[in-house]
Amino acid sequence: MMALILFRTFLTCPDACVFQMVQDPTQFDVLVMPNLYGDILSDLCAGLIGGLGVTPSGNIGANGVAIFESVHGTAPDIAGMDLANPTALLLSAVMMLRHMGLHDHADKIQTACFDTIRDKKVLTKDLGGSAKCSEFTAEICRRVQDLG
Amino acid sequence: SILCNKTCVCPASQIQTVTLIPGDGIGPEISNAVMKIFEAAKAPIRWEERNVTAIRGPGGKWMIPPDAKESMDKNKIGLKGPLKTPIAAGHPSMNLLLRKTFDLYANVRPCVSIEGYQTPYTDVNLVTIRENTEGEYSGIEHVIVDGVVQSIKLITEQASKRIAEYAFEYARNNQRASVTAVHKANIMRMSDGLFLRKCREAAEKYKDVKFTEMYLDTVCLNMVQDPTQFDVLVMPNLYGDILSDLCAGLIGGLGVTPSGNIGANGVAIFESVHGTAPDIAGKDLANPTALLLSAVMMLRHMGLHGHAKKIESACFDTIRDRKVLTKDLGGNSKCSEFTEAICQRMKDMD
Repeated sequence: MMALILFRTFLTCPDACVFQMVQDPTQFDVLVMPNLYGDILSDLCAGLIGGLGVTPSGNIGANGVAIFESVHGTAPDIAGMDLANPTALLLSAVMMLRHMGLHDHADKIQTACFDTIRDKKVLTKDLGGSAKCSEFTAEICRRVQDLG
Repeated sequence: SILCNKTCVCPASQIQTVTLIPGDGIGPEISNAVMKIFEAAKAPIRWEERNVTAIRGPGGKWMIPPDAKESMDKNKIGLKGPLKTPIAAGHPSMNLLLRKTFDLYANVRPCVSIEGYQTPYTDVNLVTIRENTEGEYSGIEHVIVDGVVQSIKLITEQASKRIAEYAFEYARNNQRASVTAVHKANIMRMSDGLFLRKCREAAEKYKDVKFTEMYLDTVCLNMVQDPTQFDVLVMPNLYGDILSDLCAGLIGGLGVTPSGNIGANGVAIFESVHGTAPDIAGKDLANPTALLLSAVMMLRHMGLHGHAKKIESACFDTIRDRKVLTKDLGGNSKCSEFTEAICQRMKDMD
């Protein structure tokens, strides 16, 4: 069985890239770039999908080390009040599972999370709802269990 | 003193001569469109056409033709279409040559959403002001050892002060409420730190304009979520390069984005920043909007606000109406038809 991997590489300047990105981000796939451009583009793209509250992130190191993280702030104003949105950290954890080769678990958790958000019935405040963090979490757990 | 955009003291009845550089490709036809529209608007402008294709001067140095330089030095104000850079070996970038010749230190791009030309973003109304002489594009690079290269980002007090003061002056003269310095002084403490310091000092002299500071990455994140929160943005070269194109993308691209370059000694060159579009050159298909809006920017710079408003309204009304649009705007009209529609609206306004 042969797997055909198609890849096309092209070079683009950061100014042309951001220009295209805000007009039609669907034309892009994987983007690799040096430090500063990455700082800019990674935040720009996080903005396109809704911000740091829903954006996962992974940091790959030497010697097999990898640290996955949510990139939003500590939100001290809502800390301890059961109001936070765990999506960014959850999706980072899903990224971690994929990195570890645990694709089935990754798919299940991601599907449950996305279905909950798509359903729009149990959402934290920043996502437009009024549910608590624990309620949002419970809803995802319920869906994970239903997925079997 | 900074000769930037003070209100012109010439009475509106006095004709002013402006250097026109039609450029290459679609340049000549969109320049003709602008001239025609200005004539219909009865704008007090006389055009002096010049070609800036670089020539080799004495000593073999590339330079713009002496008659072009002389014209710009005399008229101070120029309008420029797109230029192609010849492939000849060692030929410099034309834009770089112009920048160096006239010390064009500020690149100014107002980005305003155009009704009738829909993009995913509405109500955009901001201005990017980019320092255009130094920063990351100073061209100072060297190899430390094989496989290790260093690039110097040069930030000077003089250039930072100049651009900061220009930004506030622009804000004041164009009734803009705030100026935001875009930086990464948390990481580049000395270079961006110096830039930021000069912005803060300038802010002290313009208390009527609100001053804020924002990290570049935060600006990008916020820009794509809600561009309406931004007003005038001032920043060093690289960030300006990226942000000005990002903002042009928000309003629909380089075909509708005006641009102005402010230089030393009162020189200012306004230009469309799209390409020469050789595939449609000479076919009466080009969209003159970017060059026209740059010419409107030029009129405002010269203090001719009445004519600027008239031409701009006629242009925006034509696009909003959506009956006569060039192909890139979603229609199938010719450049000449689009131009005629704008001219007709101005006649109707009178």
